[in-house]
Amino acid sequence: MTTLTTNYLTPTGREEAWRFTPLKRLGGLHDGTAVVADRHSLTLTSAPVAGVSFALLSALDTSPISESDDVIVARIRDFAQEVSVLTIAANTEVAQPIFLKRTPGALDSAEFSRVLIRVENHARVTVIIENSGDTHLAEDLEISVAPGASLTLVSLQEWGSKSIHAGRQHAVVDRDATFKSIVVTIGGSLVRLLPTVEFAAPGASCELLGVYFATSGQFFEHRMFVDHKVPNAKSRVNYKGALAGDQAHTVWIGDVFIRAAAEGTDTYELNRNLLLSDGARADSVPNLEIETGEIVGAGHASTTGRFDDEQLFYLMSRGITLADARRLVVRGFFNEIISEIGDEEIQTRLMDRIDSELAKAGA
Amino acid sequence: MSTLEIRGLKVSVDTENGPIEILKGVDLTIKSGETHAIMGPNGSGKSTLAYSIAGHPKYNITGGTVTLDGADVLEMTVDERAKAGIFLAMQYPVEVPGVSVSNFLRTAVTALRGEAPKLRTWVGDVKAAMEALSIDPSFAQRNVNEGFSGGEKKRHEIMQLELLKPKIAILDETDSGLDVDALRIVSEGVNRAKANDAIGVVLITHYTRILRYIKPDFVHVFANGKIVEEGGPELADKLEANGYAEYVTA
Ligand SMILES: Nc1ncnc2c1ncn2[C@@H]1O[C@H](COP(=O)(O)OP(=O)(O)OP(=O)(O)O)[C@@H](O)[C@H]1O
Ligand SMILES: [Mg+2]
Repeated sequence: MTTLTTNYLTPTGREEAWRFTPLKRLGGLHDGTAVVADRHSLTLTSAPVAGVSFALLSALDTSPISESDDVIVARIRDFAQEVSVLTIAANTEVAQPIFLKRTPGALDSAEFSRVLIRVENHARVTVIIENSGDTHLAEDLEISVAPGASLTLVSLQEWGSKSIHAGRQHAVVDRDATFKSIVVTIGGSLVRLLPTVEFAAPGASCELLGVYFATSGQFFEHRMFVDHKVPNAKSRVNYKGALAGDQAHTVWIGDVFIRAAAEGTDTYELNRNLLLSDGARADSVPNLEIETGEIVGAGHASTTGRFDDEQLFYLMSRGITLADARRLVVRGFFNEIISEIGDEEIQTRLMDRIDSELAKAGA
Repeated sequence: MSTLEIRGLKVSVDTENGPIEILKGVDLTIKSGETHAIMGPNGSGKSTLAYSIAGHPKYNITGGTVTLDGADVLEMTVDERAKAGIFLAMQYPVEVPGVSVSNFLRTAVTALRGEAPKLRTWVGDVKAAMEALSIDPSFAQRNVNEGFSGGEKKRHEIMQLELLKPKIAILDETDSGLDVDALRIVSEGVNRAKANDAIGVVLITHYTRILRYIKPDFVHVFANGKIVEEGGPELADKLEANGYAEYVTA
């Protein structure tokens, strides 16, 4: 077991990357005070398929594929001696999604987890990670999408109400590969996710989709970073959030960096927030840094609004009660993203959870 | 047999410079089976009347009464008015992103009837209603009014009229923006609803064209926030010939 000595990295809350996060509520994930157990809660739950393997490998043989200046990632890498590795062999096409699940952990000790998803050349696959139950989790999830490959990664945060989850989901997307990520965060006390993408070669593309719904006291932060460092790559970001109840707080940061070499870049990012009651706070910060003018397009939009009275009136004028009209509008708001998951059972489960959160919040 | 009775209705809207009065005492009685055409210049308050009856929150009722079979409509919430039997086909139907037409219709009919319809019968009813209004079946899966053309929105309103079976229907410029064929199709829809359920209809329009398909029993001229003249179908022809000059200069 490694001692965590890198105290000088410990954020104070004044850093740009940490300025929204209530550090006190991280349970020591960031400052080395968390009690870390040697736990590997990620398991493969779908039936074995040819070309797909899941194993716990030694960290010595499995170096990180990316650099990170995130202090929690640094601490995970210091600590983790094993890595959960999902490999999809070259040219494998799996029609059914591959399911990974984090089995309920514990709240009295933290898990520092390294995960690697490798999608080899020209493989096409959907991976769904289901996170539920209680957890205190620091996660360094790396994803490599090899040339010509295609990965859809669905990450579901349906955590119990006391859970703390700080995770980075970093994808390296290679030539002519596509990466689509769908992040859903509807449970937990504090969830801070860093969905980040770096393009390794031209012709790569990514689509980062997400929904989050925070009710009283919940803090959900989603901090994208898309690094356009090669020419002719395309990125799309679309996150939608709803907030209801006192002290519900969400943060969405969309950093897109178009480096000088990244001619032909095409990027657009969008964040929409629906404030369903007073006392909730949605921070939304799109940020585009551009070093070359030779691009196809670059844009962003961010909106934060309340229920549209005209929509509610229209629905109610057909006999639908106010509560049901609100439910329909919220479902409709999220449906654009949730329907992209493509698994009816999960979509229904998520919508039902959103309904019940909405009902609980009394919004 | 139902009666919607509007007496001395006064309505204002809030503006930056304080409230302004738009309806200045409207009297109108609509009974089952009757068709009332309301015609009047732009901005005279026709949509305000329609929205106020349906309960749009933007409009403040400052005087008068609206009752349906004696029940106080103004005391009801918007959905209660629909449940009481009032239906408004809107001049500008609202887009509801992410909510499919089929989900919307099922939710509405369930709310109105107090129980979910039998699935098989209901799917058949919707299919038939869409067919009758020449609405492509694919619209069932589209989001409510989202990306619909002007004419498609109006057909969708009348489809709801046929499926939801109100007692009193207020059609706010349902004919505006319809091509010749759509006008006939939509009019036939309204006439079917009249024939099947003997609904009372308030038809707000700028054109006598639609009155050739949907025969009004009464024509009301609306100007400056109230009804200024009433007559039979012949009044519409007079308005078409002479315009509203004699009513608005007053
Ligand atoms: N918020 C507002 N501020 C100022 N005036 C308003 C406001 N809302 C409505 N009005 C005015 O109320 C009047 C009546 O509007 P209404 O939509 O009822 O007219 P209408 O008879 O339906 O007209 P049209 O034939 O053009 O549909 C208009 O003059 C309109 O400008
Ligand atoms: Mg109008």
